[in-house]
Amino acid sequence: MREITYLEAIREAMTQEMERDESVFLIGEDIGTYGGAFQVTHGMYEQFGPERILDTPITELGLTGAATGAALIGMRPIAEIMFMDFTTLASEQLVNQAAKLRFMFGGKASVPMVLRTPAGSGTGAAEHHSQSLENWFVHVPGLKVVMPTTPYDAKGLLLASIRDNNPVVFVEHKLLYKTKGEVPEEDYTIPLGQADVKRSGTDLTIVATSIMVSRSLEAAEELAKEGINVEVVDPRSLRPLDTGTIVESVKKTGKVLIVHEAVKTGGFGGELAGVIAESEAFGYLEAPIVRLAGREIPIPYNRTLEQNAVPQVANIVEKARDIVQLKV
Amino acid sequence: MKKAEHLELYRQMVVIRRLEESAAHLYQEGKIGGFLHLYIGQEAVSTGLISMRQPQDRVITAYRDHGVAINCGISANAVMAELLGKETGTSKGRGGSMHMADTEKNFWGGHAIVGAHLPIAAGLALGDQYEENDAVTICMFGDGATNIGFFHEALNLSAVWDLPVLWVCENNQYGMGTEIKRASAVEEMRQKAEGYGMPNLRTEGGMDIMQVREAAGDAIEHIRSGKGPFFLEIVTYRFVGHSMGDPERYREKEEVTKWREDDPIGIYNKYLVDEKVAKAADLDKVEAEAEAEVEAAVKFAEESPEPALDTLFDHVYVEEN
Ligand SMILES: Cc1ncc(C[n+]2csc(CCOP(=O)(O)OP(=O)(O)O)c2C)c(N)n1
Ligand SMILES: [Mg+2]
Repeated sequence: MREITYLEAIREAMTQEMERDESVFLIGEDIGTYGGAFQVTHGMYEQFGPERILDTPITELGLTGAATGAALIGMRPIAEIMFMDFTTLASEQLVNQAAKLRFMFGGKASVPMVLRTPAGSGTGAAEHHSQSLENWFVHVPGLKVVMPTTPYDAKGLLLASIRDNNPVVFVEHKLLYKTKGEVPEEDYTIPLGQADVKRSGTDLTIVATSIMVSRSLEAAEELAKEGINVEVVDPRSLRPLDTGTIVESVKKTGKVLIVHEAVKTGGFGGELAGVIAESEAFGYLEAPIVRLAGREIPIPYNRTLEQNAVPQVANIVEKARDIVQLKV
Repeated sequence: MKKAEHLELYRQMVVIRRLEESAAHLYQEGKIGGFLHLYIGQEAVSTGLISMRQPQDRVITAYRDHGVAINCGISANAVMAELLGKETGTSKGRGGSMHMADTEKNFWGGHAIVGAHLPIAAGLALGDQYEENDAVTICMFGDGATNIGFFHEALNLSAVWDLPVLWVCENNQYGMGTEIKRASAVEEMRQKAEGYGMPNLRTEGGMDIMQVREAAGDAIEHIRSGKGPFFLEIVTYRFVGHSMGDPERYREKEEVTKWREDDPIGIYNKYLVDEKVAKAADLDKVEAEAEAEVEAAVKFAEESPEPALDTLFDHVYVEEN
């Protein structure tokens, strides 16, 4: 099968859906001629023109609200927020409005929009351009939160997100944009709320999100050389969450390591740990549930500090080994 | 103004230019990471503006901040070291290009969320008003920043409370790749100050430090005399891309070439010679010194230590209470 990048997979999903469905349009800052800060929408302005690729002023709150309003009357806007850090500005319209309008109106309206945004560190972009804030939105009933790791998942999940009748926060990762993988040319969807076992194993379950899935897979390779057989589960969507796949995996391995880039305190790992502890997997646990996540600091500029602020492959290997050897 | 003062301002402008040219090289070599926004073309704005401040006056700006840092008296060494992420940098390598700051120099940063520092500027001015300090806060931002909510809330607050703040819009005619007419409902940014009943001025003389100084001097005088905030729009132009790697698909090469004829350093050089303030040889000497200063700064930065790993958790909270 043909290979394309994660970035191209996202662009292809949007392009195909815009060709198929007239009600889909893009709204965001410098997504037109500029092509977006990461060039995700490069060339789309030339194909679809200014009516469907809406370049906005610098106005995260305004554009998120405009997407919400248009979605209310049947459009399917895809809003781009240039960096996840700027979703803090968009969050009023997203959290208080888009997420709640349907409920507040007794089911009389819906907000079928997608808000795409790149999260994550590793580019030296420092405190204001590197955060992973997905769990802020996971906390809000009415929103869905999706975090693809592979090009294949990115395309299928984005198509599903656009067709979903609810507001979806679609969290991309800057460091994944250039990664390649097999992606079918035709259109396909991956249902939200379906986890994927990215590698099967018997000794330990790693539940990881976004770039930490790739790092966990690398770690699993290392560990395999030592005879440690790791299973890597990617929830792919954090809300709704496929608890079944996670619980089954933990029942099989009896040990679990949760890995994400976002700061540990208040991060999604706490939710995962809770889900596992409350489930029938609890009785199967042979070791404490362990979380490996971002340190309790903002993302620093300096490269070495930055790398040490979030889990790297070596940290995952070490933690996994400790759990398997019951040193935790 | 005395010759020595002129030569000092000329030095600052040349240091900024040379420092940023070096930074561009270092970025291409991979020694600087993240985003690097150059100020090349706009040097007369902050140099002129900040030359009119008293030491107690505060300065705060956006991410295009290397020049502002130099004008505030931060050494080229400390700026370059910050760019390379070293412990000797202005922000100890934590902030990088977009977050230069030195509170002792009354420079309150380098902010990378567009518009986010405007309410903070209102707060600095509020604190000074509360304490009855004789200080003006000079807040610089771009044309693009006038379209975000922060701007409007901050301007309104400052007007309602008569805060001692000078709002300086550096209108370089683009916010990233978006030209003003596609992003702003009004053509002149100062018109937005009208909406808040705020005295304002727009000067087209942003490439000419002497015109910037005049406009800034009057504005600061207005605020210091207790008449509340003032809005100054300074028209300028960035000669290079929005940040490193910008393919600049949104503007014509000819437009850039035309603006480059009005190089702020060239204009100042000519003024100083024409007005017989300095001889060409004096200016050549300043330029050579500036170049040496920047070369030394690169060396200093490269030789400076990285932040130690055991300081990873420093500076998140104040530990002493
Ligand atoms: C809230 C927010 N939205 C978007 C960005 C991305 N961004 C960085 S600079 C910039 C353009 C700002 O233009 P302007 O205010 O005119 O300043 P200039 O870069 O021209 O100096 C944009 C959109 C950001 N940093 N913060
Ligand atoms: Mg601008």
